[in-house]
Amino acid sequence: MKDLHVRLLALSLILIGLAITAYKAEVLGLPLTPDTTAEVWTVDMRVQLRADGGPVRVDMPLPDSNTGFTRLQEEFIATAFTAISDGKGAERRAIWTARRARGRQTLYYRLQLTKGSTGLAQQLSPVPGYPEVPDYGEPQGAAVRGLLDSVRAASADIESFARRLVLRYNEPSGDDRVRLLRDGVANPEGHVRNLIKILAGARIPARVAWTLELNKGMRAQHLQPWLQVHNERHWITIDPETGATGLPATRLLWGTGKHPTVHVEGARVVEWGFAATRTQRDVMTVATQHAADLDSLLVSLSLFSLPVQTQSVYRILLLVPVGALIVVLMRNIVGMQTFGTFMPVLIAMAFRETQLVVGITLFCVVVALGLLVRFYFERLRLLLVPRLASVLVVVVLIMAVISVFSHSLGFDRALSVALFPMVILAMTVERMSVVWEEAGARDALQKGFGSLAVAILAYLAMNQPLLAHLAFVFPELLLLVLAVALLLGRYTGYRLTELWRFRTALRDWEQRS
Amino acid sequence: MNPFRRLRELGLVGMNRRNAAYILEHNPRRRYPLVDDKLLTKRLAEAAGIAVPKLLGVITSIRQLDALETMLDGREDFVIKPTKGSGGNGIVVVTSRLGEHWRRASGLPFSRDELSYHVANILSGMHSLGGLPDRVMVEQRVRFDARFDAVSYRGVPDIRTVVYRGVPVMAMMRLPTHASDGKANLHLGGVGVGIDIADGHTTTAIWRDRPIRLHPDTLSSVVDLQVPDWDRLLELAAHCQTLCGLGYLGVDLVLDQDHGPLVLELNARPGLSVQLANRSGLGPRLDAVDALPKIPHEACARAAIGREIASACVIEGRRAELPASISSG
Repeated sequence: MKDLHVRLLALSLILIGLAITAYKAEVLGLPLTPDTTAEVWTVDMRVQLRADGGPVRVDMPLPDSNTGFTRLQEEFIATAFTAISDGKGAERRAIWTARRARGRQTLYYRLQLTKGSTGLAQQLSPVPGYPEVPDYGEPQGAAVRGLLDSVRAASADIESFARRLVLRYNEPSGDDRVRLLRDGVANPEGHVRNLIKILAGARIPARVAWTLELNKGMRAQHLQPWLQVHNERHWITIDPETGATGLPATRLLWGTGKHPTVHVEGARVVEWGFAATRTQRDVMTVATQHAADLDSLLVSLSLFSLPVQTQSVYRILLLVPVGALIVVLMRNIVGMQTFGTFMPVLIAMAFRETQLVVGITLFCVVVALGLLVRFYFERLRLLLVPRLASVLVVVVLIMAVISVFSHSLGFDRALSVALFPMVILAMTVERMSVVWEEAGARDALQKGFGSLAVAILAYLAMNQPLLAHLAFVFPELLLLVLAVALLLGRYTGYRLTELWRFRTALRDWEQRS
Repeated sequence: MNPFRRLRELGLVGMNRRNAAYILEHNPRRRYPLVDDKLLTKRLAEAAGIAVPKLLGVITSIRQLDALETMLDGREDFVIKPTKGSGGNGIVVVTSRLGEHWRRASGLPFSRDELSYHVANILSGMHSLGGLPDRVMVEQRVRFDARFDAVSYRGVPDIRTVVYRGVPVMAMMRLPTHASDGKANLHLGGVGVGIDIADGHTTTAIWRDRPIRLHPDTLSSVVDLQVPDWDRLLELAAHCQTLCGLGYLGVDLVLDQDHGPLVLELNARPGLSVQLANRSGLGPRLDAVDALPKIPHEACARAAIGREIASACVIEGRRAELPASISSG
């Protein structure tokens, strides 16, 4: 009954922990491993105006969230103007206004993007309505019908139909029908519109997608028209020249439908275009920025919202549960004995600063010297609390002496002895000497080295950069640690050391007569 | 063969199982003070008419050291105990006077200074659970039944019985040795001798994790001895469960040559060595108690059930070994 209860509790803790972690990793893009950098694109749309002194209003459509990239940040930069963004989704637009503007004015819309893990989201969208078959006139009508028939014969579904059509349309040695249809079309947008018109002959919904090829150091670029067809579930993006589907990794989807033009009142557009730069940034920064943009409660209430000083404290504190789990494993599964339940965890935390070998040496030196003095105190018949205080004073003095000596010898590593938790060391000395008196040196040394071994293991676990990263970025994973601790709380199996403890049973009991 | 599986087959109860399945399940925390404070246990037992070693006095502060002097005036022997000690720590058995000073059970002298220092240590909580300030109990020294003189070295043997839900399931006699300084705790070097619950004769013995037959100091056989008054002893052990309300209990009894069986102390966390002394796992016996449809109220009926279960488990164990002994013969 209790076991079932604990198991269900542990299971739900594990599920909650994993679910939050998965959400943060997949949706918010928080990195599961430390030290990774992300590629960040800064795309600037620049509009140059010549204003004639009166009020100016600039109105421009903005890309929605589905650009094939994860949007980190957007900014409106214009000195004399106030900017607002208006609308949602595909209707989003920026409006710049100025009461008075004269001469050359430059407006920037700056977008910071990073490549998301998913790319262009294939959002389910309803069929926008089947287009009517247009009146092509003759002889174009016959050419379209012939072309569609031959494409239909060689294709299986809407996607392959559209691809095939694009390929046929771009074949250099295309047949007469294609040549007739291409005739008189000058620009890429015309060709895409032409393709849409031909697809309408097969009643396939299609539209123009305005894309931007991102290049390092690109300047004054313009949007390039691509083709999108609807396959009755979602829109498929097609390169209007090669027929390749999907958006390449460096191509940004800015909008669909009509050409996104800048509407200006009270001024003249001199020039507008796009520029882009690429930078490398820490994934963590990128991800938190992105999450802040999504208004995620999980991140705005996370450890990242704390002051940096406090954050670095938590980077260490969150590892304590990992150390505690090691202690549980070593005590209840292995059966090692330690002085004080969590003393090894505190020693392990000190090892993080001193490094392992120096840490072990310092620990042994301080405890050994402390024990010597404690044995001397034993003869003085001191009362408990004054005796504990005396041991503490001696431990602090030993630490200070070690620091001074090692510094004068030029061995600055040992200065870090100051980071040992001295009260814990004093208690260790006291308990060890009591065990030494009551149960003998063997028991005392066994427990002492047991504590040290568990501390080393806890240090090795807590010093894993991956674990440190996970504990801080995904503190909900500590729910898993809690779940394991709860499960071990109802563990009734043997401890490893009980093989030794019960060795006489294993060895001799068979011979009982 | 997988040694863990072997341990399970032998029915040995490990530390984790003892803690999770028996102590945490059957010992309510609020009952612990009744057994952790030996003074409280003693008073409870006296109120219930259970015989205990006579209390000579209690020292609660260092100023009462003078009172101790008068308390011990004219006495040859006594025992000093922390009321909240654990595992025999802090217990000093004084057997005789040595002029101005005393002599301990180990034969070593025990000066007045040492006595005062020891009392002060106990008072400041050095031997108590959790290091809390403690009181000192001064008790009459038990003179163990002379029939066991040959198997105890300068100290008092005691009989530890594990009582599960009121049913005594396993027992052992703990004999002091030279190494254990008059104390009978196994981890201090005492000898553990298994007792057949059914009739009270000693069966097998263990010392420092090795099976033995002879006492390491006196070299007398420790097996096949009959514990006198066994039925009364077993009933007394079963009775102690009603006293403290702990489902998994260790009862420590002594056989005083003048006063018969006395309850020395109760233990809420009895150790597992009793299994090694008896060469038998607690598991099947505890399972047998759990399988009982109803546990009777009277201590004598529960003692009888304990006897039945123990003899059934022993027979079962022997039957299991029968094919091996045939093939080896």
